Amino acid sequence: MVKVTIDDKTIEVEPGTTILSAARQIGGEVVPPAMCFYSKLPGTGGKCRTCLVEVSQGSEKDPRPMPKLVASCSTPVMDGMVVKNTTSEKVKVGRGAVVEFLLINHPLDCPVCDQAGECHLQDLGFENGGEGTRYEEEKRTFDPVDIGNKIKLHMNRCILCYRCVAVANQLTDKRVHGVLGRGEHAEISTYIEKAIDNDFSGNMIDVCPVGALTDKTFRFKSRVWFLKPMEASCECSKCSGKTVVWMFGNEIMRVTARKDQYGEVEDQDGKTGWICNDCRFEKKDISQWNIIGPRKINRHSVISQGNYASPRQTIKKLN
Amino acid sequence: MGRRLLLEHDAVPGIETFDVYRKNGGYRSVEKALKTMSPQEVVEQVQLAGLRGRGGAGFPTGMKWSFLAKPEGVPRYLLCNADESEPGTFKDRYLMEKLPHLLIEGMITSSYALGCNLSFIYIRGEYMWILEILEKAIAEAYAKGFLGKNILGSGFDLDLRVAPGGGAYICGEETALIESLEGKRGNPRIKPPFPAVKGLWGCPTVVNNVESLAAVVPIVNDGGEEYAKIGIGKSTGTKLISACGNLARPGVYEIEMGMTVEEFIYGDDWCRGIANGKKLKAFVPGGSSVPILPHYLVTKTAAGDDRIMSYEGLSEGGFASGSMLGSGGFIVFDEDQCIVRNTWNFARFYAHESCGQCSPCREGTAWMEKVLHRLENGQGYMHDIDLLAEINKKIEGNTICPLGDAAAWPVAAAIRHFRDEFEWHVNQPIESQKRNFGLASVPTLV
Ligand SMILES: Cc1cc2nc3c(=O)[nH]c(=O)nc-3n(C[C@H](O)[C@H](O)[C@H](O)COP(=O)(O)O)c2cc1C
Ligand code: SF4
Ligand code: FES
Repeated sequence: MVKVTIDDKTIEVEPGTTILSAARQIGGEVVPPAMCFYSKLPGTGGKCRTCLVEVSQGSEKDPRPMPKLVASCSTPVMDGMVVKNTTSEKVKVGRGAVVEFLLINHPLDCPVCDQAGECHLQDLGFENGGEGTRYEEEKRTFDPVDIGNKIKLHMNRCILCYRCVAVANQLTDKRVHGVLGRGEHAEISTYIEKAIDNDFSGNMIDVCPVGALTDKTFRFKSRVWFLKPMEASCECSKCSGKTVVWMFGNEIMRVTARKDQYGEVEDQDGKTGWICNDCRFEKKDISQWNIIGPRKINRHSVISQGNYASPRQTIKKLN
Repeated sequence: MGRRLLLEHDAVPGIETFDVYRKNGGYRSVEKALKTMSPQEVVEQVQLAGLRGRGGAGFPTGMKWSFLAKPEGVPRYLLCNADESEPGTFKDRYLMEKLPHLLIEGMITSSYALGCNLSFIYIRGEYMWILEILEKAIAEAYAKGFLGKNILGSGFDLDLRVAPGGGAYICGEETALIESLEGKRGNPRIKPPFPAVKGLWGCPTVVNNVESLAAVVPIVNDGGEEYAKIGIGKSTGTKLISACGNLARPGVYEIEMGMTVEEFIYGDDWCRGIANGKKLKAFVPGGSSVPILPHYLVTKTAAGDDRIMSYEGLSEGGFASGSMLGSGGFIVFDEDQCIVRNTWNFARFYAHESCGQCSPCREGTAWMEKVLHRLENGQGYMHDIDLLAEINKKIEGNTICPLGDAAAWPVAAAIRHFRDEFEWHVNQPIESQKRNFGLASVPTLV
């Protein structure tokens, strides 16, 4: 085991653990935000640079600080390492810079975006962003395209985290989903709207931290904070069938996988609980589901605003 | 003229053929290494020579080689980085065009030192004709028994292949080069792991510049100590400089490290001064990525000493008043050149070549390009100048690979030394479209 200190909190972790995952083991304030890293998807991380932290002591043996901020999601801890996240001025500036960069070309169309309310970029901007913008140039724009008949890609909103590319890499070794172009012109593409024909392609929607990939069966139907997320299950031959159904009254508006506080799909029966397209897109009738109970959501305050408690409990609280 | 270790025979007719090259002392280092030295001894000679990477970063080659992991039963690879795409740099092109066998010889000797049995030359896609020159030379080397199985009866096998890239600057970054060679999109990898541990196809890999590998030939022939006698301090040996811009005699020169910049620019054996009798305005000594310096910091340092052509000499003064040797792309500007336009041109290059993986570089380089384009066209505001300085500070150090820094430094340096000229573009938008600003004024030193 190796010892690492993050924002004055010390923890022992397995050698080879990244700074980010050590921070998540501590939990709370010390956890850096992560927009591209996804622990369930090998090969992700290192790209968005929102998880930058300062290493003020490299290790017990070599106490020199690291000269630059490092991406905590892809830097392994060393024994005796001292890391500063919220306590570092440099990190504040660096992360602020990254947020500014991520937003200059973002359309800021939250009022019409399905992701609003559960968007990691909104959270990030709220917590680390500045006021106003210094970007006076024209924003880059793309036309929305279809990825198969159930998924919509709004490239304008994409932050190029490559998570959906990693999902596609898991699904197929034919390179039908990837990045085209370079630099500012880089875009997610399925080589001209070619559908990824796979039962699990819908999981792209769940891993997308912003509203770039959305569920066409749910688009513009409701704001997420008007819905009640309920844990549900069904007999499914393709996946675990363990999902969250988002309800309005007795109607199922959309189905997603069960996600943890970092927006990552939780494990079900010892495996990552990806759900199949049938469960996600086809089963919208309440008779197809066994509703278990309200889903606890603690991160996205907009959604958790009062949707769990039964009316009676709410009244009690008010009294 | 100084000593020439690499380009000694570049003018010999037919030197690109095996026979002429061999007659002029070629492939001696292969014979010497394979017959009389152990691989470890070759590595030691390179360490003794103090050779530093000629690709831009100047990392000691011997040290890089000693870091190569050597797990049992796993192949190791040596990759030659011939992706030369930095604006202003064309030394590798000259070397490979004229002396393809020198590179091949260096690669055989180096592969032997590192225990590699399959090595690659990754060449920039726009250098297609050089690919043909190299393939012809490689075929000759195979025919003469210097490549293939059991070279010179030593029991050492080596296959050498040339792989062309698609012409992306980013594929010169070593991990992007590896990705590209594997047939993937040329995105730099997240480090660690470093290539020395996990490189091509997950195996330990060394990536070296063309010139670094060529320099192994004289090092093995004459011994590392002899090589280290040339040069100054930690900058040993000779260096190829590709001189361009407004010089009377631009071209590729081999210099001994330690000569003065003054002699290099004005000397009769070298560039013979500024073309058309104009005045020198600025120079970029090491390719577009390094800071630009104004005329008063070219031949003298801020402290008033002669500026020396070496890693340390060119960076004398740090970021405040120095630059870097970089890749040896020596660009000289005369009084008629516009620094704002040039800075925009460089920024445009980086915005175009950013791979687009990490947000600071993808967004930052494109943003800087747009702001500089406005400034250059007389549509800038005073606050744009500070904004540029801010943006480049926000890119620098926050990216995956050094392309972000390489894009940021030239802009930072241009603003640092030529702020008057930027302000003039804002204040005199019409005038600035008609004529040039002229030389920067020399700040009074306190
Ligand atoms: C964006 C970028 C482009 C690069 N392009 C080249 C190149 O064209 N040729 C080269 O030799 N090194 C290039 N490098 C440096 C290489 O990453 C690497 O350091 C070099 O090939 C190592 O060789 P050396 O130690 O012999 O210098 C580049 C680096 C970066 C970050
Ligand atoms: S710094 Fe630029 S070129 Fe390098 S990985 Fe990031 S986006 Fe790509
Ligand atoms: S989460 Fe670490 S760089 Fe994106």
